[in-house]
Amino acid sequence: MSHLTREESEALIAEVLDVYPDKAKKDRAKHLAVNDQSVEQSKKCITSNRKSLPGVMTIRGCAYAGSRGVVWGPIKDMIHISHGPVGCGQYSRAGRRNYYVGATGVNTFAEMNFTSDFQEKDIVFGGDKKLAKLIEEIEGLFPLHKGISVQSECPIGLIGDDIEAVSKKSAAAIEKPVIPVRCEGFRGVSQSLGHHIANDAIRDWVLDKAEAKAFETTPYDVTIIGDYNIGGDAWSSRILLEEMGLRVIAQWSGDGTLAEMENTPKAKLNLLHCYRSMNYISRHMEEKYGIPWMEYNFFGPTKIEESLRKIAAFFDESIQQKCEQVIARYKAEYEAVIAKYKPRLQGKRVMLYVGGLRPRHVIGAYEDLGMEVVGTGYEFAHNDDYDRTIKEMGNATLLYDDVTGYEFEEFVKKVKPDLIGSGIKEKYIFQKMGIPFRQMHSWDYSGPYHGYDGFAIFARDMDMTLNNPCWNKLVPPWKKPAESSAAAAA
Amino acid sequence: MALRQCAIYGKGGIGKSTTTQNLVAALAEAGNKVMIVGCDPKADSTRLILHSKAQTTVMHLAAEAGSVEDLELEDVLQVGYGNVKCVESGGPEPGVGCAGRGVITAINFLEEEGAYDEDLDFVFYDVLGDVVCGGFAMPIRENKAQEIYIVCSGEMMAMYAANNIAKGIVKYANSGGVRLAGLICNSRNTDREDELIMALAAKLGTTMIHFVPRDNVVQHAEIRRMTVIEYDPKAKQADEYRMLAKKVYENRNFVIPTPIEMEELEDLLMEFGILEQEDESIVGKKADELPVAATA
Repeated sequence: MSHLTREESEALIAEVLDVYPDKAKKDRAKHLAVNDQSVEQSKKCITSNRKSLPGVMTIRGCAYAGSRGVVWGPIKDMIHISHGPVGCGQYSRAGRRNYYVGATGVNTFAEMNFTSDFQEKDIVFGGDKKLAKLIEEIEGLFPLHKGISVQSECPIGLIGDDIEAVSKKSAAAIEKPVIPVRCEGFRGVSQSLGHHIANDAIRDWVLDKAEAKAFETTPYDVTIIGDYNIGGDAWSSRILLEEMGLRVIAQWSGDGTLAEMENTPKAKLNLLHCYRSMNYISRHMEEKYGIPWMEYNFFGPTKIEESLRKIAAFFDESIQQKCEQVIARYKAEYEAVIAKYKPRLQGKRVMLYVGGLRPRHVIGAYEDLGMEVVGTGYEFAHNDDYDRTIKEMGNATLLYDDVTGYEFEEFVKKVKPDLIGSGIKEKYIFQKMGIPFRQMHSWDYSGPYHGYDGFAIFARDMDMTLNNPCWNKLVPPWKKPAESSAAAAA
Repeated sequence: MALRQCAIYGKGGIGKSTTTQNLVAALAEAGNKVMIVGCDPKADSTRLILHSKAQTTVMHLAAEAGSVEDLELEDVLQVGYGNVKCVESGGPEPGVGCAGRGVITAINFLEEEGAYDEDLDFVFYDVLGDVVCGGFAMPIRENKAQEIYIVCSGEMMAMYAANNIAKGIVKYANSGGVRLAGLICNSRNTDREDELIMALAAKLGTTMIHFVPRDNVVQHAEIRRMTVIEYDPKAKQADEYRMLAKKVYENRNFVIPTPIEMEELEDLLMEFGILEQEDESIVGKKADELPVAATA
C-alpha cells in the first residue's frame, strides 16, 4: 500500500475511533494524531501521560516496574528487595536482558529475585520487622553486596509501613547504604512515575550521601546515563566514547555499580540516552553540581556520527580529531552493512510502538537502511518526548499515544506496514496476521543494537525477519490461486 | 431457630463491648447458643465472658503458626460463661500494618473452618467504633450480620456517630440484606436522654430498642472481668440486660435506615438543649476580633 495522505490518515483515525462510546472516543481522540512537522509544541496535537481508559487493552506497566525493573534493577552489585508479595519480584526478575559482568550470587545479583514474600500476617501486622530480618540475612548470606534498595510493592503504601525508618536503622547496622524506594504500583499512570521516583531516591539516598568520597578526575570524564545494556547496548556504546579519548566513569544503570553512581557528580558531562527515564537525575546534577548533560542517539550510523561530533564538540580539539578518526575507522564497516542490506530493505515501511525513547530514537537506523517509519507511538512518553518526535517523523505519518490493542490492530490492517517493531505482548497477534515483527524492547533476544557494532546486528535482524521465506508460506495450498498451484504441480 | 447474626456498632468508648457481653450473657442464660466475634485489634470483646485479660487472637496465632491456613478452629475458639463461644480477630498494635485486613482474614477463616455451626442461635460481631475502611465493614457484608444494633447515648458525638453508621448501613443494605435493628441507649445520665434517642431513632426509621440505665454494678463486675449477669444475677442491672436480651430476641423490626443531614441532627440537638443556637456572626472570628464585633 502506498503512503497515506494527511486526509487519509485523519479519516483512518476517525474510523478507528468510531466504535468507541462517546466519552472514550473523546478521550482517545486526544492521544491519536497525524504528524505535522510544522507544529512546534506537541501539546497542540497530542495528549500523553494520562490515565489509561478502563476496558481497553493497554500495554503499560506500573511504577514498581519503572523503578525495580528499569532504573534500579540493573545496578549489579546491589541487592534489590521486592518488598511485598512474591509475584511482582518473580515476574520482574531478569526479564530485561540487562547484561552484566560478574559472578551472580557472589558479587553481582542482577538476575536474582530477593523478596520479602508477604503473607497475610505481614499485611495485618506490618512488614517492617520482616524487612529488617531480611536485610540482616542478606548481609550474612551475600556479604559482598555493596548496598540494598527496598522496592515497594502496592501493599507497602496501603498499610503504611515505615520502610525509611527500617532502612536507616539497617544501613547503620550493616554499614552499607539501604535505600527505600516508594514505587508502589498504584502510583501514577504508568511506569513513568516509577522512573521519576527511582531517580529521586538516587538523588536523596545515593548522591547526597556520597559527596565527600574521594575520586581522581580527568578532564575527559563522561558518564552514560539511561543505557540499560540490553543485549550489551552500553558496551557497544562505551567503546566508541573510549576510542575518541573520553573516560566513561559510570554506566547508568546497565552493568552499573553503586560506586559508579556515587562518582557520577564528578563527571564533566553526562551523556543521556534514555531521556524519559533519567532526565530527572541529569537535570538534578546540572542544577546541583553544574554538570551539563547532552542527549545522544547511537542507533544507526547517521545518528551515531551526529552524536559523536556533538559530544566531541564539548571537548578540546584532541577529542574532536579522535572523534573523526573513530568515524572514519568504522566507515568501511557500516558502509558494507548498508551495501549488503539496503537493497533488501529499501522502501519497506515500519510501524513502531515502544516505551519512552525508541519510538523516536530508532527511526534514523531504519532510514539508514532505506526504510521508512510510517507510524510510531509511546507507552508512557510525556509531551517533551513528542516534541522531539515530531521532527523525526515524516508529515502525515501516524502518532499514537498509549495505543490500545484494538487501535493498533486497526491501524496495522489499514496501513499494512512491512514490519512492526513493538513488544512481546504485541508480537504474536501481528505475526498471526502475517506481518513480520521484531521485539524492540528486548531486541528479540538479540542485540546489541547501539553503536556501529549494534547497527550491523540490527540490519541483519531486520533483514532476516522481513525477508524470511516463511511469510510466503502463510497461504495454505488449497487457498492459493489455481494457476500457481498448477505451476507447482508442473 | 435459624442462626441470627448481629453486629454491634457505635462510637468508640460508648460501651459496645460491655453491652454486647452482658447482652450475650443474658441470651445464654435464657438457653441460647451464642458466639461472639470480636472485630477490634484491641481484642477486648470477650474478656468478661472468659474472665481473661485478652483472648489470644486469630491473627496472632496465625502469625505464630506461619499462616492462617495452619490454624485449626479449636486453636482460636474459646468457651466461656453460659457456653458462649468466643473468638477475637485481633490485629496489629496501633500505627502499623492493616487492622482491617485482619478482620477480613479472621472472618473468612471462621467461615471456612465452619465456626458458624447449625447449633448456634446467635453470632454477635463487636466492631471497632468507626467503619474506617472496608475491613471493618466486613461483618455486615453479604451472608454475614443481617441485623445491626447501634450503641449510643444522649451525647452529641455519640449521636453523630450513630447517624454516620446508619449511612454506612444504607450502602450495604442496598447491595445485601443488612438492616438496622435498633438503637441501644447506654445511658450517660444526660437530661431527657431517652426521649432524645427515641426521637433520633424515629428519624432514622428505627426504634430505641432499650434504654440501659447507668449503674455502678457494671463497673464492679468489670473489675472482676465478669458480666453483671454472672457477677450479681439478682442485681437490678442484670434484669435490664435480660430485658434487652428479650427485646433483641423478639425483635423483628429490621429497616433500611434513613440517615439525616447534619443540619437536621443539629436541630434535634437544639430542640433538646444540647446544642445552642449557632451565632453565625462569630464564625471564623479570632479572640481579638470579637469585642470589636460586639461593640459594632
